[in-house]
Amino acid sequence: MNPAHEGRAGLAAVFVSVVQRDLLLAVRRRADVLTSFFFFIIVVSLFPLGVGPEPNTLREIAPGVVWVAALLASMLALQRLLASDYADGTLEQLALSAQPLTLLVLAKILAHWLVTGIPLVLIAPLLGLQFDLPVEGLVAMTAGLLLGTPVLSLVGAIGAALTLGVRGAGGLVALLVLPLYIPVLIFGAGAVSAAVSGQSVEGHMSLLAAFLLFSLAAAPWASAAAIRIAVE
Amino acid sequence: MELNIWRFASPQVIYPIAGRMVPVFMALAALFTLAGLYIAFFVAPTDFQQGESYRIIFIHVPAAWMSMLIYLVMAFWCAVGMIMNTRLSFMMALALAPTGAFMTFIALWTGALWGKPTWGTWWVWDARLTSELILLFLYVGFMSLHAAIDDVRRADRAAGLLALVGVVNVPIIYFSVQWWNTLHQGASVSLTRAPSMASTMLAGMLVMTIAAWMYGIAMSLMRLRTIVLEREADSDWVQELFASPACGAKA
Amino acid sequence: MNWGSAAEFFAMGGYATYVWGSYAVSVLVIVGELLLHGRRRRTCLRRLGRRVRPEKNPS
Repeated sequence: MNPAHEGRAGLAAVFVSVVQRDLLLAVRRRADVLTSFFFFIIVVSLFPLGVGPEPNTLREIAPGVVWVAALLASMLALQRLLASDYADGTLEQLALSAQPLTLLVLAKILAHWLVTGIPLVLIAPLLGLQFDLPVEGLVAMTAGLLLGTPVLSLVGAIGAALTLGVRGAGGLVALLVLPLYIPVLIFGAGAVSAAVSGQSVEGHMSLLAAFLLFSLAAAPWASAAAIRIAVE
Repeated sequence: MELNIWRFASPQVIYPIAGRMVPVFMALAALFTLAGLYIAFFVAPTDFQQGESYRIIFIHVPAAWMSMLIYLVMAFWCAVGMIMNTRLSFMMALALAPTGAFMTFIALWTGALWGKPTWGTWWVWDARLTSELILLFLYVGFMSLHAAIDDVRRADRAAGLLALVGVVNVPIIYFSVQWWNTLHQGASVSLTRAPSMASTMLAGMLVMTIAAWMYGIAMSLMRLRTIVLEREADSDWVQELFASPACGAKA
Repeated sequence: MNWGSAAEFFAMGGYATYVWGSYAVSVLVIVGELLLHGRRRRTCLRRLGRRVRPEKNPS
């Protein structure tokens, strides 16, 4: 992965190669990826035990519980997005390469979402069944997570980049990132509630899509700026 | 002309100027506070709906306004620092942050104490209250991030970037919560005040707001002076300042 | 003038807890901020004094 060697390669080729590299690393460090996945499942499963098995109550709290757990799980996974690359100097190489860092960061975020976001989207309907959600609710939850988890990865990348090599980075990331997750939580959980009560979810989904587009445009740029501050 | 402006970007030049301004603004803050409290308690009439409990707004509203304004000013200085690469801008932002956080806390505390007699509950998940809470988190995040990074230059820039990200997000969060609140009609409480507000009430609020401004300016300049000394301890001008016997006595 | 007596003033029409609770905490916060800053400034000045004139202030 010599950056100079890739000087003439197309941006798309570089993008794909960064995604492939990160996916390969994730496969090699399976345990890391599985941690946040099982964290998600365990947190969601704890709530019925704490609240009680009353189906009506469970249906009511399901959207919020699943979404809050998704927020926490994707925040937990952020520590693996950039930290190891920062520690071994890869990030510095990427920052110095001829390719725009924004694009490389986007590639890393995409790879990160594929290994941490997609599993959440896939397992969520099963967890929804535990909460006795109707089919409409399950569909809205899956669709909402599909639109919302990339936003979490994109926004979270800013927090991960800002806390690179910082004392107590884990707790700090939570403090920086969780407030920024609030809009996604509101509309993600709102979509499920609306679907369960038979209302249209179009408004919620449009707003989630808008957040996705906005964070797609702004977050990689901000993360790249934060990485430059860290490696400089 | 341009040379003159740049002169003020130097900590060495600003340090004594700020030192002369602090007592002036503190005195103004005290003066306006006394005037404001006099209007608030002795001139403004009792509210016919809320009784005497409404007198909390004389501290609540100025604190809430200040908390938001200080965050904007802080983000402005961060932006200036990121673009122009001036050390002093970041020191300004850092000097403002604790005052902003304290103002946010006052706004939340008084909001709860006002809400209890007015709505019968300490807290409602209203857009304004929720955004104010998020604002507190943003202030704490800004200060924690800065404190967690040892390299001052890096800490300045990282916290600066965070402040700018926060500025973009606060309106999004505000409107999200507002929209969410209208969906949950049962829990929503209308915060709009009575349409006709006695002019003396408004006057008291404005005077208290000016007092809060003066206090914010005085406090941030005071803190700016301390931050300048902390950071420039090794520079010649600070050494000279403290080597002279006159200043030694003050220290 | 809204108040017949000092007791009436302090009672705040039955809302004393809320009104005085707000103002007391605000005063506490402001005094606390001033004290915190005073301590920070004294620490800073002490350190500076030691650095500039080490012969007079042996640490």
